[in-house]
Amino acid sequence: MIWQEYDTWVVITGALCAMACALPGAQLVLRRRSMMGDAISHAVLPGVAIAFLITATRDPLVMLAGAIIIGIFTTVLVDFVQRAGRTEIGASMGIVFTTLFALGLVLIRIFADDVLIDPHVVIYGSIELSYLDQVSLWGWSVPRGAVINGGSLLINVVLFLLFYKELKLTAFDEPLAAAMGFRPRLVQGVLMAMTAATAVAAFETVGSILVVAMIIVPGATAWILTDRYGPMLIWTLVVGVMTAALGHVMALIVPGWFGFEGMSTSGSMAVMSGILFTAAWILSPRHGLLAAWRRRMRLSRRIVMEDILGLLYRYDERADAESAGLTLGDVREALAVSPSLVNRAFRRVRSEGQISIDGESLQLTDSGRTTARSLIRTHRLWERFLWERLGLRPDHIHGTADRLEHFTSPDMIDALAEHDDGEDPHGRPIPPAEE
Amino acid sequence: MLASTHVGWWETFTRALLLQDANTRWVVLGVLALGIASGTIGAFLVLRRRALTADAISHATLPGIAVAFIVMVGIGLSGKSLAGLLLGAYIAGLLAVVVIVLIRRTTRLKDDAAIGIVLSVFFGLGICLLSFVQQMPTGNASGLETFIFGKAATMLSADAQLIGIASVIVIVVVALFFKELGALCFDHSWAAARGWPVTALDFLLTGLVALVTVLAIQSVGLVLAIALLIIPASTALLWSRRLVVVVLTSAACGGFSAWMGAMISASIPRMPTGPVIVLVCASLFFVSLFVGRTGVLQRWMSRRTLSRRVDRQHLLRACWEVHEQRGNRDEIEFSLLLSLRSWSDRKLTEVIDRCLRHGLLDRVDGGAVRLTESGLARAQQVVRNHRLWEAYLIHHADIAPTHVDRDADAIEHVLDADLVRSLEEVLGTEAGAVPPSPHVIDGGGGAA
Repeated sequence: MIWQEYDTWVVITGALCAMACALPGAQLVLRRRSMMGDAISHAVLPGVAIAFLITATRDPLVMLAGAIIIGIFTTVLVDFVQRAGRTEIGASMGIVFTTLFALGLVLIRIFADDVLIDPHVVIYGSIELSYLDQVSLWGWSVPRGAVINGGSLLINVVLFLLFYKELKLTAFDEPLAAAMGFRPRLVQGVLMAMTAATAVAAFETVGSILVVAMIIVPGATAWILTDRYGPMLIWTLVVGVMTAALGHVMALIVPGWFGFEGMSTSGSMAVMSGILFTAAWILSPRHGLLAAWRRRMRLSRRIVMEDILGLLYRYDERADAESAGLTLGDVREALAVSPSLVNRAFRRVRSEGQISIDGESLQLTDSGRTTARSLIRTHRLWERFLWERLGLRPDHIHGTADRLEHFTSPDMIDALAEHDDGEDPHGRPIPPAEE
Repeated sequence: MLASTHVGWWETFTRALLLQDANTRWVVLGVLALGIASGTIGAFLVLRRRALTADAISHATLPGIAVAFIVMVGIGLSGKSLAGLLLGAYIAGLLAVVVIVLIRRTTRLKDDAAIGIVLSVFFGLGICLLSFVQQMPTGNASGLETFIFGKAATMLSADAQLIGIASVIVIVVVALFFKELGALCFDHSWAAARGWPVTALDFLLTGLVALVTVLAIQSVGLVLAIALLIIPASTALLWSRRLVVVVLTSAACGGFSAWMGAMISASIPRMPTGPVIVLVCASLFFVSLFVGRTGVLQRWMSRRTLSRRVDRQHLLRACWEVHEQRGNRDEIEFSLLLSLRSWSDRKLTEVIDRCLRHGLLDRVDGGAVRLTESGLARAQQVVRNHRLWEAYLIHHADIAPTHVDRDADAIEHVLDADLVRSLEEVLGTEAGAVPPSPHVIDGGGGAA
């Protein structure tokens, strides 16, 4: 991989663009309107074409104005179709953006001699070529794409800081915002205009599909990583920058593995956003798949641990002094769960010092006996409650109590203890809270 | 595109219309079948509120096409076999749906974000793979890009037959599972409670949508394939709410747009088929949005009819109450009516004119009016409804007599005969009689 000034500028342009798109995108994700980004970026095509036909220049400012107008028009039209036709929001977006896209293609085709727009560039973008188009900024020569996207990033950051609480409140609780006089529909309108303008500014540089990726994916990734709005915005920006930088690096490295010379940078950045999303999806500390899996595993281990202690307690209750204790094999047989789960739970109760081993036989230690006693107490209190208060039959309540015993808070145990008269419905003693 | 200089466009149009032109025959037949199939399955898709899933499926086909090409070249085939490319597209489309479902189920992201992520990432992957394909020494990949924008004009008889067969499959499957798919779309929890395999039906629906999408991308391109699924169905929903009618209308609308679009594109130069089809379809939609059974115009009309009837009844009641207070049926002055209703001069004149036209009022000279026999009967009915409701509110809802006038004002126009009869029973009023007003009628017979 050879890194040149060119590559630096591609990454800078991409990162500015990603950050600019990601801010309104995070809001759209929270509002479940992320597909507006998709709709706007497709609908921009006829806007560019019409602006070109009217003014007959390729002045970027004219193109930008045309596209922003059509972007806002798109949101208004989607809203109108949704209300007037009582059409579902997804369908109204689908209708509006495909129609506008088709209109754009027809216009470009009809006026092909006058409109020098390549629909392919609209789709793919030309971030690779953005370096060639330089403008002078305070004496520095800078790619125009970087200036445009930097500008829209600046505007978005200012707007997000100015309307921080308005945006936050209307995104999370629209009725409350309306009740407090924040005018959620106006805020949403401004947000849509912002999205349209940003998408349009970005799309000349990176193409419509990467715009969609940059609007939706960083926001969605951030929302998986954190629950708080402020940190979410920071994460969104970080993910945006990583998308651009790592995406370009991937475009430089990966083709070599397969013997190719290069690949589309826009496509590569979109794929990188997907990779980062997948990583967050799997690894996020609270909402990730791995975290959820670990929570489930721990929960089932804890339940089996408690069941082992309960089993030993019940055995001790019935056994006379001479009878031999239970072995691990007995426990495996008694608990109808997988042996590996029993082994893991067993290792854990033993390392916590709740069980001691005497030869083959298992014995509860003092601390193990306390835990087990409280568990059995909960179980039998529940049985009593289910039988006495809810009128369930004594032979139907064991299973329910077996599940509830693992999830009963101390307060609830106290409440259940009001029915404590020393015996469960099967005539077994309810152990006292303290020995 | 196919119009040649020495043949008029009209002649080309009619020749294409009647399938006489060998060049366009297959294109027309192919897109016609496609339009019908998309319309049919699209109706269920839109009713299931999954319109944008089609968006994700169609964008996700791109990497499938590229991988299929690479694999086919890799095992020594030409890489251009349409069936092979479409198979790759189909698999990728289904994979996209699976990923969407996974994201929706295992994260807190909703449908919209899941669709957006899958759409853009799959498409980006497709573009990366296409840039590989273009560098392959064996592969002349120029054909693959047509999938993005579509190229109906190059459709061959084999392609049209493939689309035709697939469309028949879609229609037959829909007919077989019509009831089940309908239950799924209208009330999936009810369907689940009835013991129908909702998940399997969802997959059936998605599978058919993916099939149609994959067929459509070749002729109209992957962005516009979505349009063929969504727009005819949304158009049909503006005309009816009955499932059979919606599905048939949607299929007809899809077929018509495709056929008409293909005609126009065949007869006028520089008209790309796919976009023209979509524009025809969108015109149908936007026209229906205004004139459809549940469209804007219709709703506006029925609102106007209702508000006119309400105005008429208010005027009649005012007249009746003046007659009641005066104890005679002398003419009523315009100025008195104006003081009774909070209407402008113009509005009162309009309402009076409409009552005159309906034969409810007679005009006496000098702008004064008098109730006709039929007007009297109608007025009596309204007043009775009004007062029955007032009496009901006072006696059974414990509302003060001074507060019931407004409520009764709103309800008097919509009380039906059954309800009036039960009100009479509850209140012990004689059938047909007008009970006295429970409160002072303001301004009433001031002249008397």
